[in-house]
Amino acid sequence: MIEVNGIHKSFAERMVLDNISTTFEKGKTNLIIGQSGSGKTVLMKCCIGLVDPDAGDIIYDNRPFSGLSEKRKQDIRKEMGVLFQGGALFDSFTVEQNVMFPLNMFTTMSLEEKLDRVNFCLKRVNLVNVNNLFPSEISGGMMKRVAIARAISNSPSYLFCDEPNSGLDPKTAEVIDELISEITEEYNITTVVNTHDMNSVLQIGQKITFLYNGKLWWEGNKDTILDTDNPELKEFVFSTELTRRLIK
Amino acid sequence: MLMIRMLGEYLLLMFSTFKRPDKGPVFRRQLMIEFIGLGVDSFGIVAIISIFTGAIVAIQTAYNIDSPLIPLSMVGFTTRQMVILEFSPTIISLILAGKVGSRIASEIGTMRVTQQIDALRVMGVNPANYLILPKITASILFNPVLITFSIVLGIFGGWGACVVTDLVTSTDFIYGLRGWFEPFTVTYAMIKTVVFAFIISSVSGFLGYNVQGGSIEVGRASTKAVVYSSILIIFFDLILTQLLLI
Repeated sequence: MIEVNGIHKSFAERMVLDNISTTFEKGKTNLIIGQSGSGKTVLMKCCIGLVDPDAGDIIYDNRPFSGLSEKRKQDIRKEMGVLFQGGALFDSFTVEQNVMFPLNMFTTMSLEEKLDRVNFCLKRVNLVNVNNLFPSEISGGMMKRVAIARAISNSPSYLFCDEPNSGLDPKTAEVIDELISEITEEYNITTVVNTHDMNSVLQIGQKITFLYNGKLWWEGNKDTILDTDNPELKEFVFSTELTRRLIK
Repeated sequence: MLMIRMLGEYLLLMFSTFKRPDKGPVFRRQLMIEFIGLGVDSFGIVAIISIFTGAIVAIQTAYNIDSPLIPLSMVGFTTRQMVILEFSPTIISLILAGKVGSRIASEIGTMRVTQQIDALRVMGVNPANYLILPKITASILFNPVLITFSIVLGIFGGWGACVVTDLVTSTDFIYGLRGWFEPFTVTYAMIKTVVFAFIISSVSGFLGYNVQGGSIEVGRASTKAVVYSSILIIFFDLILTQLLLI
């Protein structure tokens, strides 16, 4: 479980996160939702240590994280898998080398064991015969899946996904959502997904945290979000023409 | 003020770069890749520039010797001294600042703007150590090889130009080439080469690592890497010459 306690973050004079406290539960897909500029990416960056909060703590299974030195943070980071918005695959490496990278860095596995693990992870994300392709040779959806395979290759305890569906068609986006949800349950990991895609919210949102103007505005799950009477959340949920027509 | 801040950031980056690598075999593999990318791939341009520079130095020296009291063997001597002391270590390093420096800055800068460096960080890898240390090490180890190669080709170019144009006989040129040789001049050239190699790789790595924005900023960092490295090379050339030769 990840505990977020009283996180504050400002850039210059602008308050981006204002006293955010929540928990991301183990074995569940925890979603951070909100409009662009609501602070969800900054909150995720605070969680993974790419941005230092001005105040507050991030605690990983009773281990404080935010106040640690870079060296001590590295130990907890080795238990994280992160899926970045653009995939962030190493473009000079092949798909196989990308997925193998965490194994090369942090395990003493033999090459055969590493190859087995790489092929297992690629198969798990429904990718076959792509080992020797470079990231520039595969589609956006495949890149996301390779990035998920890389994120899970070293059996992480925490999985962070930043806008996993951005730039994908609805069908591929659904496949990625299902994959994240299945992996979370299968390996009992704490998954945090940053999204503003309502399909994802309704499909995999086992715990949902809604941010509005840098404040924690609402918490719930995919079953309670449609019945909310919170006006800001309602505006967000029913912001598209499609949802407005459906509700009519 | 900006200069002091940049110097501080540069020193902090170097502090995190010069750490023991996380994994020895991974570091060695990266080092091999950099030997090829930064070193072996530069042989062609170094060869062309060295041969022509040596030839030009020899022809200009021969052209400027008017007095019959100065023996033509001086052309060989002057070519050797010019190539060893200045042309190979400094001019080739300036060329490498353009070729290698822009490559390092744009490679690392692109990794920064596409979040590949963030990905390394959140995996628990020290990105500065993983990305910059192999480049600095490869440059420091391989540039002396390139400069030695350049010295040999530069002198060969000078000899070839003299023989082909018939300005100086081969015997005179070689007599001058072998005369009054001080081995310290080679040591001086190698010291300069190592310092310049460090400047090129570390400054370019620093500028690439700190890119913020998109492709335009990557281009700017690449240009800055060449400009800053070139200025620092000339500046340290003066300091090292003053310290080592006078």
